[in-house]
Amino acid sequence: MENKVYTAKDFSSDQEVRWCPGCGDYSILKQVQSVMPEINVPKEDIVFISGIGCSSRFPYYMETFGMHSIHGRATAIASGLKAARPDLSVWIITGDGDSLSIGGNHLIHLLRRNFDTNVLLFNNQIYGLTKGQYSPTSEKGKKTKSTPMGSIDHPFNPLALCMGADATFIARTMDRDPKHMREMLMRSNNHKGTSLLEIYQNCNVFNDGAFFGMTDKATKMNQTLFLEHGQPLVFGENKDKGIRLDGFKPIIVSLEDCSIDELWIHNEKDRVKAGLLTRFFDADFPRPFGVFYSEDRPTYEDALVQQIDDAMQQKGQGNLDDLLKGSNTWTID
Amino acid sequence: MTQETVEKVVIFFAGDSGDGIQLTGSQFTNTAALYGNDLSTFPDFPAEIRAPQGTLAGVSGFQISFGSTEIFTPGDECDVLVVMNVAALKANLKRLKKGGAIILNTDGFDKRNLRLAGFADDENPLTDNSLADYRVSEMNVTKLTRECLVDVTLGVKEKDRCKNMFVLGFVYWMYNRSLEHTIDFLKQKFNSKPDVLEANTRVLKAGYNFANTCEISSSRFDVKPAKMASGTYRNIMGNQATAMGLIAASQQSGLDLFYGSYPITPASDILHELAKHKNFSVRSFQAEDEIAAVSASIGASFGGALGVTATSGPGVALKGEAIGLAFMLELPLIIVNVQRGGPSTGLPTKTEQADLLQAMYGRNGEAPVPVISASTPSDCFEATLDACRIAIEHMTPVFFLSDGYIANGAEPWLFPQSKDLQSIKVPMTKKENTDYLPYKRDDKLVREWAIPGMSGLEHRVGGLEKEDLTGNVSYDSGNHELMVKTRAEKVERIADFIPNQELDAGSEKATVLVLAWGSTYGAIKTAVKELLAEGYSVAHAHLRYINPFPKNLESLIRAYDKVLIPEINNGQLIKLIRDKYVIDAIPMNKIQGIPFEAREIKNRIIELHDGE
Repeated sequence: MENKVYTAKDFSSDQEVRWCPGCGDYSILKQVQSVMPEINVPKEDIVFISGIGCSSRFPYYMETFGMHSIHGRATAIASGLKAARPDLSVWIITGDGDSLSIGGNHLIHLLRRNFDTNVLLFNNQIYGLTKGQYSPTSEKGKKTKSTPMGSIDHPFNPLALCMGADATFIARTMDRDPKHMREMLMRSNNHKGTSLLEIYQNCNVFNDGAFFGMTDKATKMNQTLFLEHGQPLVFGENKDKGIRLDGFKPIIVSLEDCSIDELWIHNEKDRVKAGLLTRFFDADFPRPFGVFYSEDRPTYEDALVQQIDDAMQQKGQGNLDDLLKGSNTWTID
Repeated sequence: MTQETVEKVVIFFAGDSGDGIQLTGSQFTNTAALYGNDLSTFPDFPAEIRAPQGTLAGVSGFQISFGSTEIFTPGDECDVLVVMNVAALKANLKRLKKGGAIILNTDGFDKRNLRLAGFADDENPLTDNSLADYRVSEMNVTKLTRECLVDVTLGVKEKDRCKNMFVLGFVYWMYNRSLEHTIDFLKQKFNSKPDVLEANTRVLKAGYNFANTCEISSSRFDVKPAKMASGTYRNIMGNQATAMGLIAASQQSGLDLFYGSYPITPASDILHELAKHKNFSVRSFQAEDEIAAVSASIGASFGGALGVTATSGPGVALKGEAIGLAFMLELPLIIVNVQRGGPSTGLPTKTEQADLLQAMYGRNGEAPVPVISASTPSDCFEATLDACRIAIEHMTPVFFLSDGYIANGAEPWLFPQSKDLQSIKVPMTKKENTDYLPYKRDDKLVREWAIPGMSGLEHRVGGLEKEDLTGNVSYDSGNHELMVKTRAEKVERIADFIPNQELDAGSEKATVLVLAWGSTYGAIKTAVKELLAEGYSVAHAHLRYINPFPKNLESLIRAYDKVLIPEINNGQLIKLIRDKYVIDAIPMNKIQGIPFEAREIKNRIIELHDGE
């Protein structure tokens, strides 16, 4: 078929966008709409599936096929869709509550099966739609309406969880860095298999400033670490700090004392190091952004189609009359 | 030795759950079917895969009724009880009619077995005269089996595994059956293990010859082929028929079948069966849980496949929210519920009809879903196909209710030809439809289907209330009421596309109508047939369509003085009938995890008929 040339506007539906003014979701919507023309897929072959939560309104605003489903199940619905229709480009929109709390089970099973779908996990560390209860990614001690004395839940580390579920692609970006987000969206799209992109997203109403240190000019250079395949782990205001590995122990070093050659070189294909990177999760280390891990592994739908092809090869295309007849019959005159 | 001809025989095979009882039963069944008998079977096994050996809890059973006459149920009382140990005898002696035959393995009556079955030290049914009312044939099956295999190089354990073949051979002789079918079966099964094949075949023949030469059994019986409608038959189990109905619906509609399921008794066999047929483009998907199973099926339907999920009651409870979503999306979806004893985990391997109200009402909000039920193992085929037709042509989730009794039961089936099956018309919109509105409806109130890949028809659906026509999110109060009423009316209008209810037996002028649904069919049919022959004024109507009911149902049942509704639950169809028609029907309920016996139904009808 002819390759239609789209613009971001072609992916904007006629529905009024109804997130709170200032919500990080606007930025994500805009970047997704701007990346869509570049993925080279006819609009009618793109499907956005979401669960429940603020972020899950997303499909209504995309001029593609879409389903706003039920809480936690977008991953399971997308699995069935992709199994039935491997030809489609399937995007899953979910939040921290949707994918890690009520839908935690389906997320890990999606990842291990490796359906070729793209998960955009909007992590704002709060329940926004239900007006501000702590979420499974809220930090310990967080005071919310449901935790007036502070949360006693130990939070999930989403990317470490996904590594544990044998995800084949995990990456992180943030709402305030559109350029990086576009790059990560393209990488997610280009990955064959389930791509999990965690997007730090500010909820300016119920959890404003959750990622302040990573976005504020004064602090962000010291608190963030941008990963690039084949490049040393360098960060800091003047790119003056780096990460060195002492065995499996990461150490922050000053580039004044340490040569750049001694630094940890990022390798997206290294599962063990990716695991270590996901553990850069407290104030001691800068928070990594970029592609942590990427692996080629056959997808579920390809294996399924292969089995169907094999079955047809071995037995021939199914004949209903033979099936109805079975192997033992008798005739009564 | 005598040889007599009998019309109908009921045999119950029982032993430890590791004794190969189900295999013995199914071999006898297939041989009887190939011989031309009408038959009906029902397996009865413990929930545990390997329950403690020798105990009552570990007894596995298989009942078959076969005859030269029409057979509608596995039978009430048994004529023959075949037991591999004393626990099997103790658990099942109540099934045997007085004067019936017992074939027993004496090896299973030793001290250890007696103790495990709960007998006191001095008790033994073999010696205490408690079996005096029965005709007992004793044989030491273990010893005879081992002796027969003395020169075979197999371990004792493997040799003992052939015991069931000895008993099967014995019973084949009693009923004058050929060993041919079972020998063919063994050849296939042990294709790669020639020594095991040789052992099983030898023991089978030994059992047959033992019966012949020892004259341990005084009689031999002939059960002539039944006079059944002419045509070609096969044997079929309910779950197998359901799987075939789904494949047939896929073929008749041209939609690929997607089957999402999580293993659960007694529905798992449908998954096993479908997984074998990938050459029909069947996409079977074993999901991580019940919710994922239904959700994936909805995803597949959204993509234009025939989405099906199957489970039992506990699974339906988990799927409730997603079924509501499918209802809101107005996409085809089949939910198969092979019912079992409830509530909660209940009685997983026992049968019940207690999920009807769950199917009718088990969702939040106003969400009526069509409900279709099957009445016999083979009826599962047509009823499933019908459920799929309604789901696709009316763009709605549909419940298909089966139960453990018919799912595992078997009967001969005059199977149809594909050319005679109903076709299914998919309400897919045309690709060039430029005025497409997702929630615009035709005169059936059915919306048109547009699936991903159709250029220009991109649209969003979801669980939030839809605006009429456009399907956009709407919180408008008037729109909500309109949509609730419209969705309900859409389901009601399905009544225009199902046949009127007919009487299965009896006349419209009868005194008593027996109205029922599902697997009670065989027992009621047997009872009513006998009563009609005895001159009673009784009729029988059996529902396939429960939501909506057939349009003539009210006028049909109003014609009777007394309407009896037997159900394997605490009264569910009767609630629907009373609610809808304000007719004070009479309940008849059995909640023991086992089917009605024909005589129970018969006695109740007589009581009603003769005036209580």
